[in-house]
Amino acid sequence: MGMAGLFWLVPLVPGASAFVLLLFGRRLSRRWVAWQASAAVFFSFVLTTAAFAHLGAAGGAGLSKTLLKWIVSGSVEAWISFTFDELTAVMALVVTGVGFLIHVYSTAYMAEDRAYSRYFAFLNLFTFFMLVLVMASDIVLMFVGWEGVGLCSYLLIGFWFDRPAAAKAGMKAFIVNRIGDAAFIIGILFLLANVGSSSLAAINAAPASGLLGPGLVTLVAILLFVGATGKSAQVPLYVWLPDAMEGPTPVSALIHAATMVTAGVYMVCRLNGLFAASVTASTVVAWVGAITAVFAATMALVQNDIKRVLAYSTISQIGYMFIGCGVGAYAAGMFHLVTHAFFKSLLFLAAGSVIHALGGIQDMRQMGGLRKRLPVTFPVFLVGALAISGIPFLSGFFSKDAILTSAFAGGHYVIYGLGLAGAVMTAFYMFRLIYLTFYGEEKAPLTPGYPVHESPWAMTVPLVILAVFSALAGFIGLPVLFGRRADVFGRFLEGILGPAAHHLAHSTEAALILAATISALAGLGLAFLFYRRSPDTPARLAHRFPGAYRLLLGKYYIDEAYDAAVVRPLVGGAGWVYEHFDLKVIDGTLNGAAAAAGLAGKGLNILQSGLVRDYALAFLMGAILFLGFLLL
Amino acid sequence: MIPPAAFVILAALLFILGIIAFFVKKDLLTQFMAVEVMLNAGNLAFLALAKALGKADGQMVVLFVITVAAAEAVIGLAIIVLVFRQRRSIRTDDLKDLRG
Repeated sequence: MGMAGLFWLVPLVPGASAFVLLLFGRRLSRRWVAWQASAAVFFSFVLTTAAFAHLGAAGGAGLSKTLLKWIVSGSVEAWISFTFDELTAVMALVVTGVGFLIHVYSTAYMAEDRAYSRYFAFLNLFTFFMLVLVMASDIVLMFVGWEGVGLCSYLLIGFWFDRPAAAKAGMKAFIVNRIGDAAFIIGILFLLANVGSSSLAAINAAPASGLLGPGLVTLVAILLFVGATGKSAQVPLYVWLPDAMEGPTPVSALIHAATMVTAGVYMVCRLNGLFAASVTASTVVAWVGAITAVFAATMALVQNDIKRVLAYSTISQIGYMFIGCGVGAYAAGMFHLVTHAFFKSLLFLAAGSVIHALGGIQDMRQMGGLRKRLPVTFPVFLVGALAISGIPFLSGFFSKDAILTSAFAGGHYVIYGLGLAGAVMTAFYMFRLIYLTFYGEEKAPLTPGYPVHESPWAMTVPLVILAVFSALAGFIGLPVLFGRRADVFGRFLEGILGPAAHHLAHSTEAALILAATISALAGLGLAFLFYRRSPDTPARLAHRFPGAYRLLLGKYYIDEAYDAAVVRPLVGGAGWVYEHFDLKVIDGTLNGAAAAAGLAGKGLNILQSGLVRDYALAFLMGAILFLGFLLL
Repeated sequence: MIPPAAFVILAALLFILGIIAFFVKKDLLTQFMAVEVMLNAGNLAFLALAKALGKADGQMVVLFVITVAAAEAVIGLAIIVLVFRQRRSIRTDDLKDLRG
C-alpha cells in the first residue's frame, strides 16, 4: 500500500491550502501564495499517481476509505467516504495533472492581478470540490462536490466582478446550473426513496436487483441527465458556457474545458449501471449529445472572439462524449474526455498566451500574422488544433473515432452522420481560428507601447507539456483494428464500464476511420480555401445568405428566446407580485399592525399622567379591592 | 395591662393617617414622612400580634424592617435632595416628566 493508502488525502490537501489562503492569503507574499497553491495540487498529483500505480500493479484492487458517518435520517444514511477505482483514477489524474499545469501557468498569467491570493484560493477550492466529486463513493457526497465546483465556477467567472459583464455571466452560470441541479436533486431523492442507500455501488446494482422498476430507472436517469446538461453545458442548458469566458483564461481552461464541464460525463459513466438499464434514457443521452455536437459547432463557425470559438467547441466536444455514453461506449466517452482535457486546456492556455501577448485583445479580427511573433505558442496551438480536428494519429483522432465507430456499430446511423458533420465543422472552425490569428498580415497593436511578446516560461512550459500529451495520448486507446489488446484504456476501465460492445469487421472499421479522416481533412481544406486562398469568400457567403449568417452570428437567438420565454415573464411576474402583493398585502398587513399598536398606545396613554398621586391612588384602589376580595 | 387589640387599632389608625397625609400633602418630603408613618404602623401591628400570640417571629421581622427602613430613608432623602438641587422644587405637581 504505502502512499496509496493515503489516497483520501488527495482532495483534502488542496482543500486545506484553500482554507489557509482564504483566511490568511492577503498577508502572504505573492511568491508564497503561488508556491503553496501549486505545491498542494502537485502533492495531490503525486498521491494520485501512487494510488494509480497501486491499481495498475498485479492484483491491485480499488481503494476505499470511510471518514465518517455524515447524515442519518430514518433509513437514509450518507457517508463521507472516498473510493479510488479505475474510473476515479482516470479523472483524478486529469484533475490533478492538468490542474497542476494550469496552476503553474496562472502564476505568470495572473502575476499583475490585484487579487492574487483570492484567485489561487478559489482555484485550490475548485480542485478540492472536483476531487470530492470524482472520489465520492456516495451520491450525496458527490452532489456536494457537484455543487461546490458550481460555486467555484461562479466565483471565478465573476472573478473580475467590477466588470458588469463578468458579474452577470457568473450569475447566469449559477442560475442555469440551478435549473439542472433541481432535476438532479429530485433524481437523488427518488434514488434515496427507492434504493434506500446513497452508495453509488448500490445505485448501480439497483436496476438489476429489481429495487428500481424499468419506468423509474428511466425517470431517474433522465432527471440525473438534466443535471448533467446544466453542468456540462448541453442543449438546452448550454447558454451559460459561452458567457463564462468572462473569467480569467486559465479558469476557462481548467473549469470550463478540462474538468468541471465534463463532470456530467463522469457522472453518467459512474452510474452506467443505471443508464445502461434504460434504453430510453440512453437514447436521450445520445441524441442530446449529437444535437449539441452539431448545434454548437455551427455557432463556433462565425464567432469572432477567440475564447468564444473555443467555448462553443467545448460544448460540441462534450456532445461527442455524451454520444459515446448514450450508445453504451462509456469507455470511449471517457477516452474523449481525457484527450479533450489535454487538447482543449492546451488550446485555452495557448489562447491565453495570445491574449497575454496582445495585452488583452480577444477579437480575432484584430489579430493576424502572430506566427512569427509567438514561436512557442503557435506550434503548440497548431498541435492542439490538429488534435481536436481529428487529424490521424493525434489524440483527438483516436477518441473521436472510438465514439463514432461505437455509434455506427450500435446502429445509430443518424447520430453517426451528425457526428461526422460535426467533425467537418470542428476542423473548419479550428483552422479558421488558426488562419485569422496566426496567418495573414500583422495588424498594428491596439495597445500603444505594448510590444507583442512571447509569454514567460511558467506559461510556455505547461503549454509544451500539454502539447506532448495532446499529440500522444491517443495511443493508449488504439482501435480494435490494431489488435484486441491495443485498447489499453478501454481494458483498464473494463471492470467498471464494461467491455466495448461492438464487433465490426476489420474492413468496416477501416472504412469508418477513413471517413473520419476525410471529414477532418475536408474541414481543414475548406478553412484553407476560405481564409487563406481567397479570404473574401466568407464575406461573399455572408452576403449571399444573409439570413443564415445572421442566425449563426446571433447564436440562433437562443439567448433572446430564453429571455423572452423565461426571464422576462419571471421578472415581469415578480414585478407584478411586488406591486400588488408585496406592497399591498404584506406591507399593508405590517403597517396595519403597527398603526393598531400605535392607536392602542395613544388610548392607554391617558392613564400615564406622570403624577405620583395618581399612581398611588391606583395602587390604593388595587389594595382595597384585593383586601375586599380576601375578606369576602 | 392594655389589651393587644388596642395596639392593633392604633396601628390601623396610624396607617390610615399615613395614607391620608400622603394624598393630601403635595411636597415630597412630607409624603415621604407619611410613608414612614405607614411603615411604623406596620411595625406596631407586628409587635402587638407577636405579644398576643406569644411568639418572637414578629419582633424579628420588626428588627429587620427597621434596618431596611434606615437604608431606604437614606436613599429616599438623597433622591429628594438631588431632585431639589436639579429642579429647585420638590412639589410633586411639578414633577411629571414621566407623563406618557
